Parts: sequence; C-alpha cells; structure tokens
Amino acid sequence: MSKPLLKVEGLKKYFPIRKGLIGKTVGHVKAIDDISFYVNEGETLGIVGESGCGKSTTGRTIMRLLEPTEGVVEFEGRDLNSMSANEVRKVRRDIQMVFQDPYASLNPRHTIGKILEEPLIVHGVSNAKERREKVVEFLKIVGLSEYHAKRYPHQFSGGQRQRIGIARALMTNPKLIIADEPVSALDVSIQAQVLNLMQDLQKEFNLTYIFIAHDLGVVRHISNRVAVMYLGKIVEITESEELYANPLHPYTQALLSAVPVPDPNYKKEQIIIEGDMPSPANPPSGCAFHTRCPFKMDVCTKITPVLAEESTGHSVACHLYTQEGNDDIDRKKQLEGSV
Amino acid sequence: MRERQKLLEVKDLQTTFFTDSGEIPAVDHVDFYVREGEVLGIVGESGCGKSVTSLSIMQLVPNPPGKITGGEILFENQDLLKKTEKEMREIRGNDVAMIFQEPMTSLNPLFTIGNQIAEAISLHKKNWSKKQIKDRAIEMLRLVGLPRAEELMKEYPHQLSGGMRQRVMIAMALVCDPKVLIADEPTTALDVTIQAQILKLMRELNERMNTAILLITHDLGVVAETCERVVVMYAGQVIEEAPTQEIFENPCHPYTRGLIQSVPDMRDKKERLYSIPGNVPKPGSIKKGCRFAARCESAFSRCWEETPELYRNSDVHQTRCFLYDEQEGVTNRDEQATAKS
Ligand SMILES: Nc1ncnc2c1ncn2[C@@H]1O[C@H](COP(=O)(O)OP(=O)(O)OP(=O)(O)O)[C@@H](O)[C@H]1O
Ligand SMILES: Nc1ncnc2c1ncn2[C@@H]1O[C@H](COP(=O)(O)OP(=O)(O)OP(=O)(O)O)[C@@H](O)[C@H]1O
Ligand code: SF4
Ligand code: SF4
Ligand SMILES: [Mg+2]
Ligand SMILES: [Mg+2]
Repeated sequence: MSKPLLKVEGLKKYFPIRKGLIGKTVGHVKAIDDISFYVNEGETLGIVGESGCGKSTTGRTIMRLLEPTEGVVEFEGRDLNSMSANEVRKVRRDIQMVFQDPYASLNPRHTIGKILEEPLIVHGVSNAKERREKVVEFLKIVGLSEYHAKRYPHQFSGGQRQRIGIARALMTNPKLIIADEPVSALDVSIQAQVLNLMQDLQKEFNLTYIFIAHDLGVVRHISNRVAVMYLGKIVEITESEELYANPLHPYTQALLSAVPVPDPNYKKEQIIIEGDMPSPANPPSGCAFHTRCPFKMDVCTKITPVLAEESTGHSVACHLYTQEGNDDIDRKKQLEGSV
Repeated sequence: MRERQKLLEVKDLQTTFFTDSGEIPAVDHVDFYVREGEVLGIVGESGCGKSVTSLSIMQLVPNPPGKITGGEILFENQDLLKKTEKEMREIRGNDVAMIFQEPMTSLNPLFTIGNQIAEAISLHKKNWSKKQIKDRAIEMLRLVGLPRAEELMKEYPHQLSGGMRQRVMIAMALVCDPKVLIADEPTTALDVTIQAQILKLMRELNERMNTAILLITHDLGVVAETCERVVVMYAGQVIEEAPTQEIFENPCHPYTRGLIQSVPDMRDKKERLYSIPGNVPKPGSIKKGCRFAARCESAFSRCWEETPELYRNSDVHQTRCFLYDEQEGVTNRDEQATAKS
C-alpha cells in the first residue's frame, strides 16, 4: 500500500486587505480557508478550479513561499512547522515547484547552464565538474541537448522553456513536484509533449505530483485523484475516474458540463450556471456556491457544509449529502422531481 | 433552403510585418469566406496569423510595421481594401464589428459603461436623441444577459468581472446590428463556466438575429460546439477547410489530425497523448517546401522541394498537402496510409 507523502490539515492562508495611509487592516481575503488533503507516494493529485479559487496559494503555502495563517503540513509524516531551519532546508530539496510561465521564472541574464546549476549550489554540491555533468544529464532527460546549456532563455520556445523549468525542478532529486499550471501557457501540440515528458519522468524517478490546472481535460489525463476547489475551499475530492463519471457537487457538475468537448457529435446536457464567482474577500454565507447553485436550499445560506466522505474515497462538501440538507427534505424532493 | 450568399470573402490576403530583423509574412495568401448567418471558425496555434487576419479585415493592422501587401477583402461584393479610411469607419461597427480577446484593453477605464456604449451608438445613429441612445444602450446590455442594466450604465470597467466586460464588448459590437461579428478569442481569458455563458450568448445571437460570426480560437472544443465550418491555419496559411463535422470525422492534413489527437479527452482517459514532434515555426522561417514537413510523419521527398497548394478532397473539403494532390495519384496517399497504420 502506498502511504501519504504529504498531508495537509486545516490549512488556511488569509491575506490582509489594507486601507488608508497607515495601512490599517480592514478585512481578509480568505485565499485558502481550511483545506485538508493527502497525496500518496508516486501518485498525482490534480487540483482544479477557476481563477482566484486558491490553487496557486495552496501550492505556494505548502512550499513555504507563503507563511500559512493556520494549519499543518506534514511531509513524510513530519510536521514542517516543528522542524529546525536545517531540517527545513533538507526538505526543501525534496519538494520542488514548476511554474506556469517558464519565462518569468527563468533569469533572462543567465545561461541555461547557470540556471540549472543554481539549485545544486544552494544545496551544497561543491564540485563544479559534478554539477556540470548533472546539468548535461538533466538537459538530456528533458529532451534537450548539451549545447543548449550555453544559451539564454529567450532563445527557446515556450515548450522548451517549460522543459528547462522541469529540469531545474529535478536537479535536486526531489520526491514531490508541485506543478502550477505547467502547460496552460503552451499550444496544444506542445502541451502534449510536456505532459508526456512529465509522465515519463514520474515513472523513471518515482515522483509524486501535485498538478494544478484549470483545464479539466488535462487534469483528468494526468491525475490519479482530483480535488475541486471553489472560493478557497475543496468542495469535492476523489479518484479521477470516479469524479468524471459520478460528480457529486453541483459545482463540479457544472464545471464538467462547461468544458467544450472536441467532438461535434457529442451532445451533452449543459448545465450553464449563471452569475460570476463571488469575491473571496466577501464570500457568501453558508455554502459559498449558493449564489449560483441550481439546487440551493434554505440551509445552504446558513450553514457551511463540511467536506465529508459520501462513499469510500469520495468526499464532498454539499448539503445535498448532509443531515441538515436532508432535514430540508421537502425542498429537496421538490427539486429532484423537477429534474 | 435557399443557397446562402457569401457575405465576407477574403481572397489571397497577404499581410506582412516589416521589422528590423526582416519581413514577417504573418498572413500569407489566405483565402476563406463567411456566408450569411454562418458561424465560421478559424483555428490554429499561437502565432499562426489568426489575429492579424481579423485585424486585416477591419484594416486595423498597426502600420508601421504591418501592411496589407496583397489580396482582396470582399464584403457584399465590395472590396474593403479600396475604401477610404472614412468609409471604413462607417463600416466598422455598422456592418462588420469586432470583439477582442482582452476586453479590458478595448474599454476605456476613464469612462462609464453607459458613456462608451452611447458613443458607439451615436457614431452610427447621428440623428438619434439622447433618450433614444440611452434606451438602446440599456436594451443592448439586457440583450447580452447583463443584470442591473440601468445601474451598470453608471459603472466603470474595473467594477465589472471579466465575463461582464466581455458581455459589454459584445453589446457594443452589436449596437448597430452588424451583419458579421468577428470575435478574436472572445473567451480565452475567461473561466470555463463564464466561457460557457458567452458561447451560449453567441449561439443565441446567431440564431435570433442571424448575425454571421467569424470565431477565432485555438480551442478545438469551442470549434466543435459553436462552428458550422472550420478553417485551420498553420504558419500564416490556411492548411485545411471543411464543415466542422467533416474536420473531426475525417481530418486530412497531418497537422489537423495531430492537433485533434493531442487534445486530452475528458470523456475517456488515454494512456499517452499523441504528440506532434518539434515546434510551431515562425512565419517566414521556412523558405522552401511544405511548412509542416519537419514535423510531419508522412513527409516524402517532394514535401521538402515544392510548396503544396490547397487541393480539393470534395466539394466542401480542401487540404494543403501533397497527399491530396491528384497528380500525386491515389497510390502515394494509400502507401502513406498503409505505412502509417
Ligand atoms: N499576495 C497576495 N495578496 C493578496 N491577495 C492575494 C495574494 N495572492 C493571491 N491573492 C488572492 O487570493 C485569491 C486566490 O489566489 P490564487 O492565486 O491562489 O488563485 P488561483 O486559483 O491560483 O487562480 P488562477 O487560476 O487565476 O491562477 C485571489 O482572490 C487572489 O486575488
Ligand atoms: N506588430 C507586429 N510586429 C511584428 N510582428 C507581428 C506583429 N503582430 C503580429 N506579428 C507576427 O505575426 C504573426 C501572426 O500573429 P497573430 O497575432 O496573428 O497570431 P495568432 O494566430 O493570433 O496567435 P495567438 O493565438 O497567440 O493570438 C506572429 O508570428 C507574430 O509574431
Ligand atoms: S450546499 Fe447547497 S448551495 Fe452549496 S452546492 Fe450544495 S446544494 Fe448547492
Ligand atoms: S505536404 Fe508532405 S510534409 Fe506537408 S503535410 Fe503533406 S505529407 Fe506532410
Ligand atoms: Mg494560479
Ligand atoms: Mg491572436
């Protein structure tokens, strides 16, 4: 049995909203608000959701690029909070990140060789020859060549730059890679190359991925399990096959039906939800999706549904599946009757 | 049903950028047409010339460095390239309207939504009263499904979400009942649930008002859901054209085939995605032979020497690939097909 490599418990990240000259805090953007999940060794957990729902903040908080407001992040069974600075540095080698825009994250004034060498220097590989060999080795692993080491980022295409971003993440032999929209900026033909590369590397190095994206097709392709986020919360999480075959949360259902399918013969039932995503600075009361939900009940505006297991390995946060919701039963019956 | 007339016809269009590092033939002898009431899709990857094509139709290509160097753009059988700038201003927004990928760049942040729509209307309805203009503006905002239309008139672009701004852009484009709406990636910057709303709106407009739509996108899913016919572009050229159904059931150009196969399908999981090797070339970087040759699994000697034309596979289907050249004979194509399978 695989065991959790990473465990996240009750993680929160609130950004203060400041106003006025002295920057008085007038409120908070609850970018992530009490999320919990785990990732098993060797698997890929996909995180999907629309712009601003907190996907990147989740990744960055796990990486400690952002200080969490609250919550526990455990890596290999150990709480990152309780570690010494030295231990945290060691763990840093094991968790690496790949970003959406490889161009913005590569220093334009450095050669690729230098960019790839840097993580080795940071982590104390002092032998220059060893470092150079490793750079060449990883350039080849991601499908580039030795001579590319002398070139600068602007001399590469988008797909090649993303390969460099991946090579950089691999330099320290990490166990977990958090990939934040790694193919979103790429053309489809190039996207397929990078996705295939990531899958090959996962097998070769027994990597664990957290794969963040807004494209449900891409996420399904690469993930074993998928978490769906809405307004700073995980609203549903389960095996990827199960999620696509049997989505439980009304938001997941709407999201799946909104994705255009490249097949003109495929007639799907479209659930078009009205309205926009509310602001995370001022989320609706109760269930944050109630302003757009076609199944909204009275209880939904009052009580926030918590993520709970509905069937084995399939959790959902929605009153259609809670006791409070069932108490609202007349209304629910009425809705079911109308579908 | 009556045979629908060609409303907009682009013939042999060439648009070139004259830059310090040389000439970039961004649109290189492009031909296509849009019929009355039709939704035509132009699909292709980044840099293939989709936006420059649409800007050329509107004659909004930044000059310098860009210039339309040849061809014709016929709207109701009149060549738009022969019109004066004043005449073009009349046509833009009246008969032919355009919406852009990033609505924020085309809305003025300093003016209210009401101001901007009113201006768009008054440009074309010079003798309308203030009241008539205002009523029309509110009517348009309602038409595109915006709630609180009257209050919205007094708000500024930054107070609106991305999806609402795109609706405002569509409302502005539609104030004068254009016959053709050119939409350049109208949903690319939006979330999927909002994209679904906007695409539905565009389909409804097409059905209710019979507006012809030229929909530019890189998303094959959007094409499959909204377009009747598709033009596929690659490196500044049209490489295939056919009805949507036909493109997906019987894609002919090796690039189109590869493109369709490389999209991860949400409905069933493939072990491994098909991937086209290599990169999308910059326009003008390939001087000789087929522009797809370096990435094409079916390339043969002729592909490196000569440039393919658009060959007809059927009445409604054209492909820029030697495998469909009658001269090449059916033999070669069959050999290629057997070699592949
Ligand atoms: N440094 C910050 N300061 C203040 N607010 C922030 C900061 N970073 C993110 N936010 C806010 O937190 C929320 C979540 O942002 P986040 O970037 O995590 O979303 P996302 O899901 O990654 O979206 P996208 O798909 O657009 O990348 C947003 O409302 C965002 O505006
Ligand atoms: N102002 C300009 N100066 C020089 N070259 C330009 C300019 N505008 C466009 N080009 C070039 O023309 C080609 C076609 O660009 P275009 O914007 O039409 O691509 P596109 O198909 O719309 O791509 P995308 O999907 O990225 O929007 C590109 O190679 C681009 O570099
Ligand atoms: S809790 Fe209520 S409002 Fe929220 S998704 Fe479920 S039914 Fe809809
Ligand atoms: S002409 Fe040749 S290289 Fe070009 S697409 Fe056809 S087979 Fe491939
Ligand atoms: Mg993000
Ligand atoms: Mg464009």
